Amino acid sequence: MTTIYLDNNATTQVASGVLEAMLPYYHDLYGNPSSAYIFGGQVGRKIQGAREQVAALIGAMPEEIIFTSCGSESDNTAIMSALSTETGKAHIVTSRVEHPAVKVLCTHLSNKGYRVTEIPVNREGQLDMDRYKESLSRDTAIVSLMWANNETGVIFPVEEAAQMAWDRGIVFHTDAVQAVGKIPIDMKNNTIDMLSLSGHKLHAPKGTGVLYVRKGTRFSPFLIGGHQEKGRRGGTENTASIIGLGKACDLAALNMEEENTRVKQLRDKLEKEILDRVPNSRLNGEPLNRLPNTTNISFEFVEGEAILLMMDEFGICASSGSACTSGSLQPSHVLRAMGVPFTMAHGSIRFSMSIYNTEEEIDFVIDKIPPIIEKLRNLSPYWKPDEQVCATGA
Amino acid sequence: MWEYTDKVKEHFLKPRNAGEVEDANAVGEVGSMACGDALKLSLRVDENGKVADAKFQTFGCASAIASASALTEMLKGKTVEEAEKITNQDIADFLGGLPKEKMHCSVLGRQALEQALAQYKGEHVEKKEGEIVCECFGVTDLEIEKAIRENDLSTVEEVTNYTKAGGGCENCHDTIREIISMVRAEEKPVAKPKLTNIQKIRMIEEIIEKEIRPSLKHDGGDIELIDVVGNRVLVAKRGTCAVCQASEQTFKNLVESKLQELVSPELVVEEVPQ
Repeated sequence: MTTIYLDNNATTQVASGVLEAMLPYYHDLYGNPSSAYIFGGQVGRKIQGAREQVAALIGAMPEEIIFTSCGSESDNTAIMSALSTETGKAHIVTSRVEHPAVKVLCTHLSNKGYRVTEIPVNREGQLDMDRYKESLSRDTAIVSLMWANNETGVIFPVEEAAQMAWDRGIVFHTDAVQAVGKIPIDMKNNTIDMLSLSGHKLHAPKGTGVLYVRKGTRFSPFLIGGHQEKGRRGGTENTASIIGLGKACDLAALNMEEENTRVKQLRDKLEKEILDRVPNSRLNGEPLNRLPNTTNISFEFVEGEAILLMMDEFGICASSGSACTSGSLQPSHVLRAMGVPFTMAHGSIRFSMSIYNTEEEIDFVIDKIPPIIEKLRNLSPYWKPDEQVCATGA
Repeated sequence: MWEYTDKVKEHFLKPRNAGEVEDANAVGEVGSMACGDALKLSLRVDENGKVADAKFQTFGCASAIASASALTEMLKGKTVEEAEKITNQDIADFLGGLPKEKMHCSVLGRQALEQALAQYKGEHVEKKEGEIVCECFGVTDLEIEKAIRENDLSTVEEVTNYTKAGGGCENCHDTIREIISMVRAEEKPVAKPKLTNIQKIRMIEEIIEKEIRPSLKHDGGDIELIDVVGNRVLVAKRGTCAVCQASEQTFKNLVESKLQELVSPELVVEEVPQ
């Protein structure tokens, strides 16, 4: 059975060009970049090259790029740095729909005595900008808002939000893990102080991330104990993966147009066909201002894990915001923050595409989903076909 | 991704007995959409008191569907008395086990079965008895107590796995802990068989030798058993115990508590002057 991978917001396939670029660094060029001799030192120069490649993708300067081990480390580093440099300030502003790397850290900090404001979102997942503006105060040490939501793909106006923070002298961080490589980002045109990105979301390997820190932003390291990254992140460099990330950033820039045209068309086709063919289904998230590769659809009266396992029988991979999938007992915090009713939240499925998906794959999925939902609905005590059809006028 | 057994997968992908029994005379409906799983179990019990037909409708994950499918298979042909004895653990065992976080799926089956059989027997069934402890999932204290007793649970996490209680906002964790301690405290110690006088004296001697004397000797003291009269144990202090006034209370307490714990709770220790 072939795999149809529609879960690219979870992780991505390492691009073949990326793997090729990495291989020499395991075998031939395995020296420590910190070593004095050429065998090691030459690797340091290659890392510098990767730094330039990453910087180019987001319109940054190479010295503003700090390599880390993952998006979560970048998020933790950014927030903890601001709390340490902004002495005397004890307020954090974030949103209700952040990734756990930010959300759980903020809950942890709130237990430690920091004041945390979580800005709500509306039914379409858009940030309440009025509440955001009101929340900024003299005591605010840092704002951390995601660029694009991992579950719905909804894009926040982070550049506008960053400007408001800048005007008040507040450090602004964005978790751009889902945005980088999918939509154009140019750090020259905004006032964002720190930005997190993750390698494995853009066809680089797992275990590598980046924290962008704008030149002039006060910074305090999270991992202490080494001179690497100019003392901003201790630990021997994950050389091969960093080289891979550099290459992946080059490729992402090249593929950006395809991502926003062909991939977006595939997403739109999948979304439209499923919503048309399956009664009592609905889209979660604002339709226009969204990542081009993501769609989040709820199927009323059925449960997400059951849908995923039936899809798995056909080799189709996606994810769900249902409680059972996550291991917690509550459905996705993102859908709950959006006020998605329970009848819908438990049956939500996120499809996230990449440039490696084909139209044949999408057609196959469009074929398979409606009967799966129908089968599960026929098992459900809540599904009353006749009433439902009348209710929706279908 | 959960580790499901092949049997769970099979019952999920090819559920047995899905639907509703038309002329059902025993129906149980538990769970809710908000909770993320719900089960409607319908049975027809024939004139001989046997389950002639059983069907289910489930809203829920793979293991909820498999648990309900398994339950209907287990029920068919059973008498009401036999059906009453099916526990949630039996359902899980039938499927070759469930991940511990999914045990609540089997509990859901057991609850629906209870409700259906109560309806058949004409018992008055309250939809929800007891006080709601977990607001997020609408779980009552009685349901939690029952799960603790039937499955020998001892932590909040286990209670959550079996009942879902405490899996949301976590505000009820303290209450769940209190219920666990309450149920645990109720557990009666296993009644010890009545001892003959000879057995009693031998056991007292043994306990003094093994459990009491070593700790007294550690401080230079000792003890001598003088006599046992009914439940009165007459002892004398020796060594430093004999001259240490401060030891009086601790000596009696130590000896008495050990003998009460290990021989019989009715024993009273009396000290005989030298």
